[in-house]
Amino acid sequence: MSHELETANNRERLNKVVIDPVSRVEGHGRVTLLIDDDDQVREARLHIVEFRGFEVFIQGRPYWEVPVMVQRLCGICPVSHHLAAAKALDRVVGAVPPTRTAVQLRRLMHYGQILQSHALHFFHLSSPDMLFGFDAEAGRRNIVGVAEAYPDVARQGVLLRKFGQQVIQATAGKRIHGTGAVPGGMNRHLAIADRDALRAQVDERIEWSRAAVALVKRLHRADPALYDGFGRFESGMASLVGTDGAMDLYDGVLRFRDEHGAILLDQVPDQDYHKILREDVKPWSYMKFPYLAERGAERGWYKVGPLARVQNCDFIPTPLAETERREFIDYGAGAPIHAPLAYHWARMIEMLHAAEVIRDLLDDPDCVDGPLMQDGVRGREGVGIIEAPRGTLIHHYQVGDDDLITMCNLIVSTTHNNQAMNTAVREVARHYLSGHTLTEGLLNHIEVAIRAFDPCLSCATHALGQMPLLVELLDARGAVLDSRVRD
Amino acid sequence: MSKQFLFDGRPVPFEDGQTILQAARAAGHYIPHLCWHPDFPPHGSCKLCIVKVGGRHVSSCAMPAKEGMEVESNTPEINGERRALLQMLFVEGNHFCPSCEKSGNCQLQALAYDLEMVGERFAHFFPDRPVDASHPDVLLDFNRCIFCELCVRASRDVDGKQVFALTERGIHKYLVVNAESGRLGDTDFAASDRAADICPVGVILHKRVGFARPIGSRTYDIQPIHEVDMKERT
Repeated sequence: MSHELETANNRERLNKVVIDPVSRVEGHGRVTLLIDDDDQVREARLHIVEFRGFEVFIQGRPYWEVPVMVQRLCGICPVSHHLAAAKALDRVVGAVPPTRTAVQLRRLMHYGQILQSHALHFFHLSSPDMLFGFDAEAGRRNIVGVAEAYPDVARQGVLLRKFGQQVIQATAGKRIHGTGAVPGGMNRHLAIADRDALRAQVDERIEWSRAAVALVKRLHRADPALYDGFGRFESGMASLVGTDGAMDLYDGVLRFRDEHGAILLDQVPDQDYHKILREDVKPWSYMKFPYLAERGAERGWYKVGPLARVQNCDFIPTPLAETERREFIDYGAGAPIHAPLAYHWARMIEMLHAAEVIRDLLDDPDCVDGPLMQDGVRGREGVGIIEAPRGTLIHHYQVGDDDLITMCNLIVSTTHNNQAMNTAVREVARHYLSGHTLTEGLLNHIEVAIRAFDPCLSCATHALGQMPLLVELLDARGAVLDSRVRD
Repeated sequence: MSKQFLFDGRPVPFEDGQTILQAARAAGHYIPHLCWHPDFPPHGSCKLCIVKVGGRHVSSCAMPAKEGMEVESNTPEINGERRALLQMLFVEGNHFCPSCEKSGNCQLQALAYDLEMVGERFAHFFPDRPVDASHPDVLLDFNRCIFCELCVRASRDVDGKQVFALTERGIHKYLVVNAESGRLGDTDFAASDRAADICPVGVILHKRVGFARPIGSRTYDIQPIHEVDMKERT
C-alpha cells in the first residue's frame, strides 16, 4: 500500500496538478498529482524543494559553536536543535551525564518549546480547517478567522504559545535562538523573578491545555467518520521513551512498534541509532526516507511525533495527561490509532503534559541553584536524540583533536515522517480527488493531511495564514485546461 | 591656562603631543575607534575615528591637537561616513553575528549598533578563509579579521614574538601566522600572551569557552560601546 501511487506508468500521458507551495506549514513543499483522462489520480508525491546543507557547513567549525549555529535551521523549534546538539556534544566534553541542575533547566526549556510549538500548530495553523471545514471559504481559514468566530479559543491559543516562549526566554535568554545550553551543561540558572512570573500563570495554562484537549475530542466525536478515516494508513511508530517506558521528550531510549502496536525494538541506546536505521534516497525529493534496517525500505518506514509518542510510551508521568492518554488509547479499542487527524488529539495531550511538567520544574530548587557545568574524559563522537515537537530528532557529530567538527549527520523529525506524509497524501488523493473536478477546497484536503503531521519542511520559516497558491491542470501536451489562483 | 580646541562646539583642553582623540577622550568625549588602543601608538587604518577639522576629514587618533581647532565629530555627516566604513568592514569578512561566540563582546558589532547601522549597503566578498585550530588553547577564525593589526603590534611590541603579520595589499590583504607551515600551533604563541586578548572582533579566541557567558549579559549587551569606552579611560 505504501508505495502505490508513488510512480505512475505512462507518466507523460497524464495530466499534472501542482500545489505549490503547500500553505500553513513551516517551510516550502510542493505536491504533484498526475491525473488520467477519467480524473483518476495515478500518482501523488509530496516534494521538499529546499536544500539546506547544514551538515556540510558545520564541518570545520569549533564544536562549542555548534549548538548555537545549528539551531538556525529552524525558527519554530530551534530549541530542539539547540538541545540535541548540546546533548551530543556533552559526550565530547565528557559530561556524561551533565549535572542535575543543567538537565532540569534543559528540560524546562524543552517542554516550553513543546508547549509553544504545539499551541502554534494547533491554534494558528490547523484549527481553521477543523473549526470551519476543509472546504470553507479560503479567506476565513486562518487565525484571524478563528479570532472572529471563536475569540476565546484564539486568545487562549495565542497566550499558550506566548507562555511557552516565556519559558524558553527564561532558560535560553531569548524567545528564539537563545544560548542557554552549552556542551557540558547550561550557562544560566532560572532567575527567581522569572520563576515566580511563570508560576503565576502556569495553573491557568494547564486549564487552557485541558480545554484544548476537550475541544479536539469534541471535534472527533462530532464527525468520527471523518476524523477516524481521513487519509488513514497503517505504519510502524517510533520515538524515545524513558527506560521505564514513560513518555520522555528530552532523553531516553529508542522504541519501535509495528503497525499492530507490537514492540519491534526497545531499549535501543541513542548512540546506536545508526545500527538500526537506514535512509533511502529518491530522485524526486531532497528529503531522505528513513526506515528500520531489519524490516527494509518497503516495510520498515514508520511515523514519529505526537501520534506515535502517545501510543509508543507505557504511560505519561503527569496525572492529567495520563488520564487523557488512557482515554485516547481506549478510543482505539485495542488497536493502534493511525488516523492522521488523531495527531491533533495526541498533540494536545502532549501540550497538556508539557504544561504539567513545566509546573513541576518551576518548583524544583535545582533550577534556581546548583552546579551548571560538568566535564570528564574527552570524547571524539556524540549522538544527541530528542523528541522535538514534530518527532524524533537525531544529531550526530564527530570532532577532531583540534576541536573542529569533522562529521555531522542530522535526521530531523519531518524526515522520519516523509513516507508517512506521502502515504497520507496518496490516501486523500485516492478517496477525495479521484473522479472529481478539482476545486480549491478539494486541494486543501491534501494540505490538511500534510498539516496533521506538522511538518517543518525547511526547519526555518514562520509561515502563517494565506500563502499564494497557483494550481494548473495541464493536458498531456502541457496546455492549460484549468487553473485556480489564490493570492 | 592650558591650550584648548573646540570639539563639537565645546572647549577641550589638551597638552602638547596629545592627539585629538586622546584629548577628547580625556575630556569625556567619545570618538568611535577600532584599530586604536590606549596602550599602542596610533595606527590610522580603520578610519572609524574620522573627524572634520577645517573642512578636511582626518583620523583623530593620529592628528595632533592644535590650539583653536574646530573639530566636528558627532554630526550626521561624519557618523554617516563611519557607518559606510563599518558596512565595508562587514562585507569584507564573514561576520555571522548570530552564531559568533564574540557576539556582545565584539567592538565591530557594538559600533554597528551604536552608529545605527541597520542594513547592508555593499556586495559581500564572502572570502574563503578556513579557521586555524592547530594551537591547543587558541583558535583563529580569520573570517572576522578587520586588519587592525592590534595582534601584530601586541605580539611584536609586548610579547616580543612576532607571531602575526598582514600580507598582500589593498583589498587582497589578509592576516597570516609567522610560521613555515602558516599554523599557529607551530609558533611559540601562548594563551597568556597579550596578543591573545587584544582582538576587538572574533578572530583570536580562547578555545572551549564559547557561550559560557550568556548572550545578553556581555559587555556591550549591557552598555553601549561609547559608555564602556568612557568608563575604561579611568
